[in-house]
Amino acid sequence: MKARPLYLLISPFAMEATLFYILATMLVVFAILTVTAANPVRSAVYLISALLGMAGLFFLLQAEFVGAVQILVYVGGIMVLFLFVIMLVSVREVETQRRANRQWKTALVLGIVLSFELVYFVVQGADVFRIDTISQDLIIESQTLNTETVGGLLYSTYLLPFEIASVLLLVAMIAAVVLTQKQL
Amino acid sequence: MPEVPQNPIEFFLQNAAAIGPQLHLIIWGMVILCWGFWTLPRNGGRGLLYRFLRLFQHPAVLAVGGLTMASLQLYRLWGVNSGPAFYNMITLDSFALYFDMLFLVAAFLVVIMSYKYLDIEEEQHTEYYALILFATAGMMFMAGAIDLVSLFLGLELMSLSTYVLVGFLRGRKRSNEASLKYFLLGAFSTGIILYGMSLLYGLGGSTNLHEIGRQITQLEDNSLLTLSLLMMMAGLCFKIAAVPFHMWVPDVYEGAPTPITAFMSVAVKAAAFAIFFRIFFVAFEGLWELYVFPLALISMVTMTLGNVAALTQQNVKRLLAYSSISHAGFVLMGVVAGTERGITASAIYLLAYTFMNLGIWAGVILLRRKDIPGERVEDFDGLFFRHPAVAVLMLIFFLSLAGIPPLAGFIAKYFVFTAVLEVAFTQGAPYSSLMVWLAVVGALNVVVSMFYYFRIVVSMFMKTEYLPVPLSFSKGLVVVLVVTGVFTLLMGVYPQPFIQLAQFVNLPLI
Repeated sequence: MKARPLYLLISPFAMEATLFYILATMLVVFAILTVTAANPVRSAVYLISALLGMAGLFFLLQAEFVGAVQILVYVGGIMVLFLFVIMLVSVREVETQRRANRQWKTALVLGIVLSFELVYFVVQGADVFRIDTISQDLIIESQTLNTETVGGLLYSTYLLPFEIASVLLLVAMIAAVVLTQKQL
Repeated sequence: MPEVPQNPIEFFLQNAAAIGPQLHLIIWGMVILCWGFWTLPRNGGRGLLYRFLRLFQHPAVLAVGGLTMASLQLYRLWGVNSGPAFYNMITLDSFALYFDMLFLVAAFLVVIMSYKYLDIEEEQHTEYYALILFATAGMMFMAGAIDLVSLFLGLELMSLSTYVLVGFLRGRKRSNEASLKYFLLGAFSTGIILYGMSLLYGLGGSTNLHEIGRQITQLEDNSLLTLSLLMMMAGLCFKIAAVPFHMWVPDVYEGAPTPITAFMSVAVKAAAFAIFFRIFFVAFEGLWELYVFPLALISMVTMTLGNVAALTQQNVKRLLAYSSISHAGFVLMGVVAGTERGITASAIYLLAYTFMNLGIWAGVILLRRKDIPGERVEDFDGLFFRHPAVAVLMLIFFLSLAGIPPLAGFIAKYFVFTAVLEVAFTQGAPYSSLMVWLAVVGALNVVVSMFYYFRIVVSMFMKTEYLPVPLSFSKGLVVVLVVTGVFTLLMGVYPQPFIQLAQFVNLPLI
């Protein structure tokens, strides 16, 4: 029997698993660095890296639309805005401040509760939710082009929420103007 | 995935009937925003066109116009239930119609009581009226939503508009503080609701409330369901200002512009109750045994704590804020009953509360004069000797809030008490005694509330010294006082049409 080439030993599945672990490690490490970094600019850059890892995970789940939006909106838009704001405040001053919040005990309790919940779901598996009842069409559709599905859903099932969301954004814009302008 | 409509405009028009009033409000809100950009020349002569445009120069007039158009639309759609629209996202059933009417009445009264107040505060801007219209549209989306997604977006539209309105007195620190506090806590509570919703979606396999209601009755293990229910309950209790989640209410009600406080205590609360009903009576249908105990407890504590805290307040806005907390407890009694009669009772309570409470707030706005905040109890001193008509109207509102016959508040309380007692007589052992206890606590609270309402009444009728500064009357405020006074009396003396109206409210199961 002919020896199989080495690259075939890594099955597509294993490849996916490897990628997942790389991305997940990246996500966790950068997330921890985000909260521990002394310099806010570094913090922001770490957050960008963490979000990139998250986007990678979305791509891995074949949700390329969400992944792309994650990069475009969070990394491209919101984080750049964050950086601008950080640049405006004095970085040196922030560096010397105490970073632990006064409410860290509450946060600890909440964190423990949340991790218990996470463990519960990991142990129980997906069975706790009624995956079987989620309409079969959706599952079939998700195997076709993701972006196309999102577009189709936005213009059919979720047309009304889509429209309400646009009014919501208008209100947010007015809110920003009303609350910040000195002279209306 | 459903078919994407080939002709989106045609599809929209076919479904637009279910969101007719909302569409009017949103379009008029945008018109108001654009209107603010250009102004008419001060001296344009006496031409008819100029005078006509001049009339519409004030954004309040436009807002009233928008609300009138929405009301007409609502009237046209009254009783015509065209069924779920927009792929089962929203419906205009009798429940939604009733609440839409309530929101429109409240928004109308709030707009006409606002314009003079904003002049005094020197914050007369078009955005204020546009935001009120957007908030009202959001409430209507909430009342009509039969899907978690549209329900949540409606809630957000309403909340976001309200956050800004609360902080509309931009020069005042207290208003800014109130806005920030409301925003942070509100966002947090929204997050909790969203968490509950996501669990519910996982358990029910759908975001449609009716579908969830069908699916979750088949669950064997309902520990996750309980978690989801508790999350939803906590988030919604924040929105209706029930007790463990009521901390924000006094500060926010005190800091907000007074008409907005009135709007929040009436319309925002009613909208939150509307989704409370939808979620608990449609999605959690058949889980009455699961939620009745915590909810009854919340109801009792809310009434009691609201009333007790109100006893010592010196600031009228804070006092009324605590009073509004205790009223939320009374409305909750209808939800606790969980019967058709319970829904009717809560609906009638919210309508009665709209009239009597807006009347009171109109009185508080009257006392706000240039350089006089008019927020202390002493500011009511000697009102009877200066403006007997206003003082008598205020007396009527206070008596009605306390629940004295023959006024609207009495009918409302009568209905929630009978709804609860009816359950007490029809249900088995633990539930019947719980209901009896709830009714007893409610009755005791009526007595407590009498005390602090009468503190203000005493200062109106017994004190003879007062500041010789004229009250800030305006045509709108007079209209509000008269309309709310008439309805408060009418609902008490001749409640039949209002009862019929509220009985029209039922949650049809599809």
